[in-house]
Amino acid sequence: MKTPVQFRLNGEDVAAFAESGANLLDVLREVVGDLSVKGGCWQGSCGACTVLIDGAPRLSCLTLAESIAGRSIETAAGLRRGAELHPLQIAFMERFAAQCGYCTSGMLMAAKALLDRNPSPTREDVVEALGGNICRCTGYEPIIQAVLDAASGDRRRRA
Amino acid sequence: MFELRKDIFADERDDNLKEIGQPTQRQDMLGHVTGTSTYYDDHRIAGLLHLKVLRSPHAHARIRSIDDAAAARAPGVKRIIRAADVPVNLNTLLSLIQFGKDDEPSLANDIVRYKGEPILGIVATSERAAIEALGLVRVSYDQLPAVFDVEEALKPGAPSVNATYPKNTFEYHGKYDHQKLRYGDVEAGFAQADVVLEERYQMSPIEHAPVETNGSIAVPDTNGRFVVYTSTQALFFSLDTAAKINAVPSNQLHFIGGTVGGGFGGKVDTMTEPLVILAARLTGAPVRYRFSRHEEMQFGAPRGAERIYVKDGVMRDGRIVARKVRAYFDSGAYTRLSSYAVVKCVAHIPGPYTIPNAHADVYCVFTNRTPATAMRGFGVTALDFALECQMDKLAVAIGMDPIEFRILNAYRDGDMKAHRREAKNCALIECAQVAAEKANWPLREQFRRMSSRIGGGADRTAAGVDRSRAPTPAAPARTAAAAPQRVAYERPAPPAPTPPPARGAPPPPPSPPAGSTHGAPRFSSVFGTRRR
Ligand code: FES
Ligand code: FES
Repeated sequence: MKTPVQFRLNGEDVAAFAESGANLLDVLREVVGDLSVKGGCWQGSCGACTVLIDGAPRLSCLTLAESIAGRSIETAAGLRRGAELHPLQIAFMERFAAQCGYCTSGMLMAAKALLDRNPSPTREDVVEALGGNICRCTGYEPIIQAVLDAASGDRRRRA
Repeated sequence: MFELRKDIFADERDDNLKEIGQPTQRQDMLGHVTGTSTYYDDHRIAGLLHLKVLRSPHAHARIRSIDDAAAARAPGVKRIIRAADVPVNLNTLLSLIQFGKDDEPSLANDIVRYKGEPILGIVATSERAAIEALGLVRVSYDQLPAVFDVEEALKPGAPSVNATYPKNTFEYHGKYDHQKLRYGDVEAGFAQADVVLEERYQMSPIEHAPVETNGSIAVPDTNGRFVVYTSTQALFFSLDTAAKINAVPSNQLHFIGGTVGGGFGGKVDTMTEPLVILAARLTGAPVRYRFSRHEEMQFGAPRGAERIYVKDGVMRDGRIVARKVRAYFDSGAYTRLSSYAVVKCVAHIPGPYTIPNAHADVYCVFTNRTPATAMRGFGVTALDFALECQMDKLAVAIGMDPIEFRILNAYRDGDMKAHRREAKNCALIECAQVAAEKANWPLREQFRRMSSRIGGGADRTAAGVDRSRAPTPAAPARTAAAAPQRVAYERPAPPAPTPPPARGAPPPPPSPPAGSTHGAPRFSSVFGTRRR
């Protein structure tokens, strides 16, 4: 059984047929074709699949695709505006906050959710906001610093 | 930040460094932050089928029967793959470099040797259909006694794990059950030592846990070729392994790798490609085989468990005069890469220290655990953990500062290593000095003045050379002027002042142990031959 689902993805209207019981991660990747969303565990424990649903960070692997009808989804593919990178993307680059890059989409979305609601977070706020996202490469510190850089707008702090 | 200490490395490099010392952006970084880097699974392929494997619930069992009739009829199932379908169903990874015997089936034939060993594959139209069909397969087992501890596995009467190596030890050079290192006379060293310390160290298996799990996709191409997208860290290695197991020429396989979602050594084992290619060949359709997180954590090869016994003899003046290591690498049920890890381990003994008497026996042992593989310095990492813990304990035992203790014993240029190679380009002393400086760790003047370039060589001893004992023919001539650097150490509060003994007996001439052609003099590679 397939169910038609309509939602907004990075500001565009999307219609897709979702297998009943399918999760949002699979529908985004395999039906809609947004490959920026990654799966690492398919069971809600790694955070790689984090997307924003109406601005809130959600695990797409645990979200029933049928439940997002009419809602607005943001993924890493929609972060930049044309050629212009989002401040988080620039800060991640400058801080070497990605190595293999597999966790990066989820990290960026979790960080965006934080900055959208709290433009000047403390380090503790950042750690808390990224607490559900696993990175096996960087040791987290460059990621935390990148989010703080993006928040303060100070890209030169590193000297 | 990079800092070139010209006071130490005056003639090491040019000064006009263009890249070193400057941050350089990764070429894949823009892709990473925009979500456009292409991992193996980032290919949308029409008509993709999905392979899942049935895994053994037992650590050691004989398979009595397999009933897959209901699974074959389940919705979405396209094909069942059995052991008999695998063209070459016995392989060892390093057979590509003629190291070791084929010992591991792709799908278990008759006996399963670790919990999670693949038994049978199901190809279906969705992952879910494949998983549901797996639940319909009925396997009956006779459980066999299992062994999970390396030393237990070597005891007489222990269950035999691996049919190719029935004694539970890997076989080196066709006949040896372990790797040896012999240098000087370790028992004489212990007899001479003021303090002897023996400790046991154990490292657990460690899962790499990459955020991207192992996986691959095989797509039938024209002319009988297959395009394979894979998460592998070892592209050509995996290609040749997959070609061997599928009995196809390697030019029929076109492997595409590239961005790996974290590996750390856990993606060198060619765990998915041979079967996914076989599935594509048997169905004529593109197939994906992707580990679930559970499979990755439970059955993906981990860093091996290592048990290491270190016995050291040390003098109160700080010199280590003997080091004896006995170590066991837990290879799990099959070889993978632990055989090679043992070679690396022995090559690293006795650590970066000049010790005149060194002795090691290191075993690669089979147990009924998940086969172990590479991980970040494997073979050396656990040994260093053991040796450096031991160094701290030794320093405490003789009341010496642990960094000064390391500086005193560190290799210097011209020292003869236990493998009968001369130490060159040593820098441990300088590293230790800089680390101490950065940590505001006070070192006494004489240790701050020590240098890797001064005082090395076989004739350097604490109180001059006892030339009545066999000199080393290979030892380069040294001036006595270099010696005081090494001898200056005295304890802050000297105990009963025994005359400082010679800095160990000079090493014996570089000849192999009697009756053995293996190992010692040309030690280096897995072939037992010298490289470079
Ligand atoms: S894939 Fe969703 S949390 Fe890991
Ligand atoms: S960069 Fe590899 S997991 Fe985070």
